[in-house]
Amino acid sequence: MSHILIMIAKRLAFGVLTLFFVSILIFGATELLPGDFAEEFLGQSATPETVAAIRRQLGLNLPMHIRYGEWLGILPGWTSMNAEGVLTGRCIEAGIATADAPAYCGVLQGDFGNSLSNRRPVAELLGTRLGNTLFLALYAAAIAVPLSLMLGILAALFRNSVFDRVVNASALTSISFPEFFVAYILIFWLAGMGGLFPSMATIRPATDFAEKLYLAFLPALTLTLVVTAHMMRMTRAAIINLLASPYIEMARLKGMSPIRVIVRHALPNALAPIINVIALNLAYLITGVVVVEVVFVYPGLGQLMVDSVAARDMPVVQAVALIFAAAYVLLNLTADVLATLSNPRLVKRG
Amino acid sequence: MTNTPFFSGGVSRRGILKGASAIGGAAVLGPLGARMARAQPRRGGTLRIGVAHGSTTDSLDPGSSENDFTILMAHVRGNFLTEIAPDGSLVPEVAEGWEASADARSWVFTIRSGVSFHSGREVTAEDVIASINHHRGEESTSAAKPIVSDITEMRADGMNVHITLAAGNADFPFIMSDYHIPILPAINGAIDPQTTDGCGPYAIEELEMGVGARLVRHDGYWKPNSAFFDAVEITAIHDDAARQNALISGQIDYIDTVDLNTVHLLQRAPGIEILSVTGTQHYGLPMDTRAAPFSDNNVRLALKYAIDREQMVETVLNGYGAIGNDHPIGPGQRFFNTELEQKTYDPDRVRFHLREAGIESLSVDIHLAESTFAGAIDAGVLFSETAAAAGIDLTVVREPNDGYWSNVWMQLPFTGTYWGGRPTEDWMFTTTYSEGAPWNESYWSHERFNQLLVDARAELDQDLRREMYFEMQRLVSDEGGTIIPMFANYVGAHGNHLVRPDTVATNWRNDGHRIAERWWFA
Repeated sequence: MSHILIMIAKRLAFGVLTLFFVSILIFGATELLPGDFAEEFLGQSATPETVAAIRRQLGLNLPMHIRYGEWLGILPGWTSMNAEGVLTGRCIEAGIATADAPAYCGVLQGDFGNSLSNRRPVAELLGTRLGNTLFLALYAAAIAVPLSLMLGILAALFRNSVFDRVVNASALTSISFPEFFVAYILIFWLAGMGGLFPSMATIRPATDFAEKLYLAFLPALTLTLVVTAHMMRMTRAAIINLLASPYIEMARLKGMSPIRVIVRHALPNALAPIINVIALNLAYLITGVVVVEVVFVYPGLGQLMVDSVAARDMPVVQAVALIFAAAYVLLNLTADVLATLSNPRLVKRG
Repeated sequence: MTNTPFFSGGVSRRGILKGASAIGGAAVLGPLGARMARAQPRRGGTLRIGVAHGSTTDSLDPGSSENDFTILMAHVRGNFLTEIAPDGSLVPEVAEGWEASADARSWVFTIRSGVSFHSGREVTAEDVIASINHHRGEESTSAAKPIVSDITEMRADGMNVHITLAAGNADFPFIMSDYHIPILPAINGAIDPQTTDGCGPYAIEELEMGVGARLVRHDGYWKPNSAFFDAVEITAIHDDAARQNALISGQIDYIDTVDLNTVHLLQRAPGIEILSVTGTQHYGLPMDTRAAPFSDNNVRLALKYAIDREQMVETVLNGYGAIGNDHPIGPGQRFFNTELEQKTYDPDRVRFHLREAGIESLSVDIHLAESTFAGAIDAGVLFSETAAAAGIDLTVVREPNDGYWSNVWMQLPFTGTYWGGRPTEDWMFTTTYSEGAPWNESYWSHERFNQLLVDARAELDQDLRREMYFEMQRLVSDEGGTIIPMFANYVGAHGNHLVRPDTVATNWRNDGHRIAERWWFA
């Protein structure tokens, strides 16, 4: 068992390293985009003087490695200077540093900084939105995972029957439509005509849980339709793959019922690939749902990411990108650990 | 006054077009405009507004208000020194009145007593000065910096604010109605740009940028017979279909933007009224007048005659607009030139001007993005078709939305633009056509025009001013560097349980962004 703990520790260390490289990549990519924050923020109304004033106030005129260092917290974050030559910067604004006593206040110190555009702490901006994104992802997963496992097992059981074909065809159809189209169809049927569910999932911090489930039902259903096919077909394929193995034949010859053969004998050995696909889809539910958010007016992380990239709001872009990267790292790790645990040969070894 | 608002509810698109081209600024009332006299406004209810804009990167800083969410918020939570009334005239707001010296350089605004901030304190002259100062000075990052840069001195004396300008400006009180300059409380002589306070009709209760806001009626609001709702909820709904769905299903009472491709479908929905207003919002195609071949006015004229304006309004705006005449003054404005010949699509004149320019065949690129204005790419393609028939090879280069305003507009010689418009002729011309202005998008420099601009600004005699502005419109239309083919209507929609006043303002969307103050529930 201990080698699993060692594996987790190792993988977590590598995960942190991955996040570090991701942050450099994202920072560099944001820098490569044409225009900087000052220009994008002012948009059509930018004048050279106001652009220069914003750059001075936020320290955007500093070289990029210094800005990265400040953000990371390995350089003191007080280096921006206003027109009168007085030092300003977020550590000073936050009251941590003074002009004579520099302080480090970057990510390494646990401070993601302030949004460049509305000067609010990134942590505060992320708080409710991260909660909303996780809520929607879990809600969709709570419907999609059991549903696709069940459908996959049944499809494997009744393979090549009419049932199998119908399930496959409808799953493939729903994954082939673009998400917004699925969303519009659901709105048309379930919100427009019947008026059963609201078309806008405007969740506010005060909304209670039952209300949230009701409001977010259509977005969750849309996402379910989008992710079910992948997981369902992987379950079906992984099980059918095993059905030709000698030990399954043995079980059959012993006279077991087909459902018992599949659930007791085939499924445990098919778990590893299924878990991996589920993890991949969960990561997608957290990181890739901006279109669904927009259609249903759902305040999640996707819209925040898109807006921040458009405005070149580096601290927010970095924070959201790191959350997304962390979601992938952690879900992959979880999938690998679970896959290992599902295989007694790997658990017993070492 | 010629500034009768031009608005219509549910008029057929042909009707709007004809009305616009035939009688310019006169009011064209549709069947709904001729509705029976309305009952007295009723208090109560929560007005739920869906707006097409609003980003998580928006800021409370009034100097950064640049989209319909933040501009609407500025008017719902704030008051300004002056206000543009529904009929387009200027009326006092936080200022009770004002006086100018004969040269229009010194102004005295008297602050109204009894105007209170949501936090309780009454508005003073110091608050007004601090609110304006936020947009001045080298360190200011405000988008309103250019329009207040002429102020040389401000001083408070009791309830009076004395303002001295570098040069005379007869329209200065108009500038004080600008959406960037709400009156905010001064703390030690400066405003806190991130404050949620204000002295407007509703106070912020909840605000999440890019998501929405909830505001409740400010009990101490001074304006009588106004602000009828108990609360206002503003939600950012970017997706056109989602917005229209929310209106039809009754989750929202009013939406500020209707997709012009589907407006006829929305119109058919029961209980929905379309509000279409022609204001000063116009779409333009600026050419860099310093760069060949656009440096030759004949080339510019050739292009101006190569665009089919009627068809542009018909297809790009689905009829919801008016044709433009290559100058930025709207048909509803005070000094709109009614004598100017309307430019039309005329291939013969195109060929004539090309011959005059000594060019055999003209081949140019125009750089547009989807986000330049709604339908910009379509407008470009349509332009290139009609230009081709007149012998001009016009290629539409599709640019990315991202970074359009910093990398394409005013950087490449032939691009697209849009302006929400400005309430006065001087303001509009100064912003985009005066030499050296940061937004002089065609880099146009015309001696006579620039002279007239300065003279007209300080002129208090209305007839003389009219003459000057008429000439300036002619100069911009005949010699300027921007093709302005159309004025786009502000098209919104609301449920018919919401009552709008008989006259709806045309200076901005959302009844001049005063919907929360001027509308009520039936």
